Amino acid sequence: MSDQQRTIPAPVANVETKPYWDAAREGRLLLKRCIACHQLHFYPRALCPFCYGETAWEEASGNGRIYSFSITRKAAPPYAIAFVTLEEGPTIMSNIVDIPLDEVRIGQRVRVVFKPSEDGQPVPMFAPAG
Amino acid sequence: MSINGAAYIAGIYEHPTRLAQDKTVAQLHAEVAKGALDDAGLTRADVDGYFCAGDAPGLGPLSMAEYLGLKLRHVDSTETGGSSYGVHVSHAAQAIAAGKCSVALITLAGRPKAEGMATGTRPFAFPPVVPDAQFETPYGPVIANMYAMCAMRHMYQFGTTSEQLAWIKVAASHHAQHNPHALRREVVTVEDVLASPLIADPLHRLDCCVITDGGGAIVVTTPEIAKSLKRPLVKVRGAGEAPKHLNGGRVDLTYTGTAVSGPIAFAEAGVTPADIKYASIYDSFTISVLLQIEDLGFCDKGAGGRFVADGNLISGVGMLPFNTDGGGLCSNHPANRGGLTKVLEAVRQLRGEAHPAVQVRNCDLALANGTGGSLGTRHGAATVILERE
Repeated sequence: MSDQQRTIPAPVANVETKPYWDAAREGRLLLKRCIACHQLHFYPRALCPFCYGETAWEEASGNGRIYSFSITRKAAPPYAIAFVTLEEGPTIMSNIVDIPLDEVRIGQRVRVVFKPSEDGQPVPMFAPAG
Repeated sequence: MSINGAAYIAGIYEHPTRLAQDKTVAQLHAEVAKGALDDAGLTRADVDGYFCAGDAPGLGPLSMAEYLGLKLRHVDSTETGGSSYGVHVSHAAQAIAAGKCSVALITLAGRPKAEGMATGTRPFAFPPVVPDAQFETPYGPVIANMYAMCAMRHMYQFGTTSEQLAWIKVAASHHAQHNPHALRREVVTVEDVLASPLIADPLHRLDCCVITDGGGAIVVTTPEIAKSLKRPLVKVRGAGEAPKHLNGGRVDLTYTGTAVSGPIAFAEAGVTPADIKYASIYDSFTISVLLQIEDLGFCDKGAGGRFVADGNLISGVGMLPFNTDGGGLCSNHPANRGGLTKVLEAVRQLRGEAHPAVQVRNCDLALANGTGGSLGTRHGAATVILERE
């Protein structure tokens, strides 16, 4: 079952997050790293949640593994929501797409893909790698 | 400052309704307030502290204070979702210990059933100003799939099974059959749970709590006032509270904020999990109960599936009688918030006022635990330990 027909609510960017969504239009997934403590975090913030240091954008590889997921059967159409642990470390909420829903597994290697939300803004999601 | 012994629960009331089409939310708050004050043998005029959370209509406690005709010198509207009311018991005890009030009233009420709310599967509608919203809303998080991801991870990491989770519902249903007010009184089996439709894998319909209207109220007061009343003495021994969140992307869905609030409460009370005779555990979903039982130390982390199986939570059968009113899984979940009713059944057990079929013998020490918000993202947790004196 494809989730292509699912209407994806559009994210509402703000001044703190505009570069993240601009990069998504170019097919790039960005993370934020703290200039002071050098740790990555998610979701991206102006100040590091671990030390309140200033932060800077950097591009993620887009590779990760499924940490957990659930198929929302009640929805029309059903869809796979997940937490994906990026190879850089942070775990982020997303959807698993381009795979039959019954084949989604924890631990699966996935790679970022971008799907259009209802206003056209691309949103990072994950599909089976390779 | 410890609250151990500083305050007593003198009055409780649970609204019997499960569908309140002919009542307002404010009216339900007033009816439970009256019920708890009547139970304590106190009146509206005795109340000088008032506690409410996000279910109360209006600006914090202001609208309800007016509606209820309260003259107050202390208010607290701490909002941590369904766990708010355990926090309120703790904050009321703190305020009483500090002399800020002497009779504290806590109310909860709501009518999601009458309003036709699909609590577990409706999309979240957080405004864009909420910082996490834009990173979650596109992916369709709902209450059910967030808790489901906790269950899925627990199964992967510890081998927990759907059959083990189902035992939590089975135990609740054994208790609910004796509660005339419970929405669902039928006894169910593990097979019944597994045969109910999947809502969000791996959670079935019968892994989810009911949706009901109703409410409840609690009166907390000083030792002196409590001892002047004619009700059994239920002392607040200890309490803890803790929020938990996604921690900047360092996600671990296998535990709740109870892992922090529980040890704080046990330390303050000076007791251990082995001393607890009865436990009310917030049962928004079966997985919620399992995680809290582990976090409270009733068993090791990861061993919850084996612990809850085979009737171990059934009063008179197992080692840890839980939710003897049927809990949220069977009886009620007023305002989509189960924390307050957890305290109520713990007080009934300590007073010896639970249904005889589920009353725990010599129940002198009980625990009520709540979580609120979403265990899959951000939530509050509250632990309260109570003693019959």
